[in-house]
Amino acid sequence: MEAKVAPQPAVQTPAPPVPKAKEGASPAEQRELKMKTSNVNLWYGEKQALFDVDLEIFDRSVTALIGPSGCGKSTFLRCLDRMNDVIDGCRVTGDIRLDGQDIYAPNVDPVQLRARVGMVFQKPNPFPKSIFENVAYGPRIHGLCSTKAELEEVVVGSLTRAGLFEEVKDRLHEPGTGLSGGQQQRLCIARAISVNPEVLLMDEPCSALDPIATARIEDLMEELKEQLCIVIVTHSMQQAARVSQRTAFFHLGKLIEVDQTSTIFTNPKEQRTQDYITGRFG
Amino acid sequence: MMEQHEHIVRSYEEELALLNNTIARMGGLAEQVLGQAIEALERRDAELAGATIKQDEEIDELQRQIEAEAVVMIARRQPMAYDLRQIMAALRISIDLERIGDLGKNIAKRAVAVVMEQQPKQLMLGLKHMGELALGQLKDVLDAFIERDADRALKVWYKDEEIDAMYNSLFRELLTYMMEDPRNIGLCTHLLFGAKNIERIGDHATNIAETVYYLVHGTAIVDERPKGDTTSSTPVALKRSAV
Repeated sequence: MEAKVAPQPAVQTPAPPVPKAKEGASPAEQRELKMKTSNVNLWYGEKQALFDVDLEIFDRSVTALIGPSGCGKSTFLRCLDRMNDVIDGCRVTGDIRLDGQDIYAPNVDPVQLRARVGMVFQKPNPFPKSIFENVAYGPRIHGLCSTKAELEEVVVGSLTRAGLFEEVKDRLHEPGTGLSGGQQQRLCIARAISVNPEVLLMDEPCSALDPIATARIEDLMEELKEQLCIVIVTHSMQQAARVSQRTAFFHLGKLIEVDQTSTIFTNPKEQRTQDYITGRFG
Repeated sequence: MMEQHEHIVRSYEEELALLNNTIARMGGLAEQVLGQAIEALERRDAELAGATIKQDEEIDELQRQIEAEAVVMIARRQPMAYDLRQIMAALRISIDLERIGDLGKNIAKRAVAVVMEQQPKQLMLGLKHMGELALGQLKDVLDAFIERDADRALKVWYKDEEIDAMYNSLFRELLTYMMEDPRNIGLCTHLLFGAKNIERIGDHATNIAETVYYLVHGTAIVDERPKGDTTSSTPVALKRSAV
């Protein structure tokens, strides 16, 4: 994962003022705007996968992206940290901003961007290294710690925040791959938050976990959202309803409806949203 | 309201249909209880009153059944959106219908109590008319539920004012009778409670109207409902000067 260019600050373009939340908006909308996408279109070769997606993502809250398989929600999530850059033939147009700054600007280093926008995947994917090294990797390559003691502090701190430290403190130097699925996923979360990201993207983080491990991750999300902005893709509507403050429904590459989670699951405005969340033939 | 497509899981569709049918049955029974109770009171028919009192048990049983079905559905299906509103509506409406059944039963009991009394025709006519109005409201709101017709529910909601107005005038009339001759007090008190029961039934019908509106639109009715029942603040002394 070597960066080809010398690391630069992730973004340098002058920041336009962050739009103020509307007055009288509901609590989740009073949160500060963290990311904003406008007119995002995406093609895999000839095939268009996203159509004019406009979405506002707020800080210190969880935004859930739901929709049937192939609706583009994961593709969209991967636009937010430029993970699609590495896919051959993938082309993105439109505007995606983090704190008002264009993340697709030519001077933005994707590696630096991904330190600000972390990602957790569906399948836990720890490096074939020790638990300690898994978490220490990020801070080390980004040069966040100058001393060994400092690095240790960051590793312990991240594992603690991920709710894993108590379970692994006696075996920090054993391989991360020896942990259970749920523990591995929390290790991946610890790894993602070790570089102090501002946004955490989660792509179906619980789909391979049992209900107890899922509950642990959901509890963790609740805690993490106090400090950062979380975007989660999930196939479980119940999970979206449980953990998120805002929910966006995607269908056939289009953003159909986005609203307060409580509204989406009790009184959605769009027929397609209702058909999907209530399990009807659309 | 948006179109309701069928569920992919057929048994879910069947469970919701069953819930709807049970409400419809319960509503039919509540209408019957109310209609018979008023008839029993008017005709001084103790037998009909007795049968009506028994019939209320069936309504109670259906209410328990709906509650059990709804709880199981929430646990097993984790309903969302319109489905969730349907189940919540069924629960709420069943509670209102159960209360309407109780109030109807209460009227039937009073019919038994006043069987031997001489009834002034005009008073009975007023009470009967009020009962018919409440029965009409109940019918309309149940149709609105079955047809998911929020506008019809809204009409019921506004029309409750008429029952309230009638109750006010009956209240005054009954007071006058009582003041005219203390021997009327026994009968008039029963009739007054009967009228109050009908007025309460009207209120439950408006509750159901609110539920139907919520079921269809997902929001509460925002308008202020005209409150017509002023008897609780009517001074009795005022009537004495009128006598």
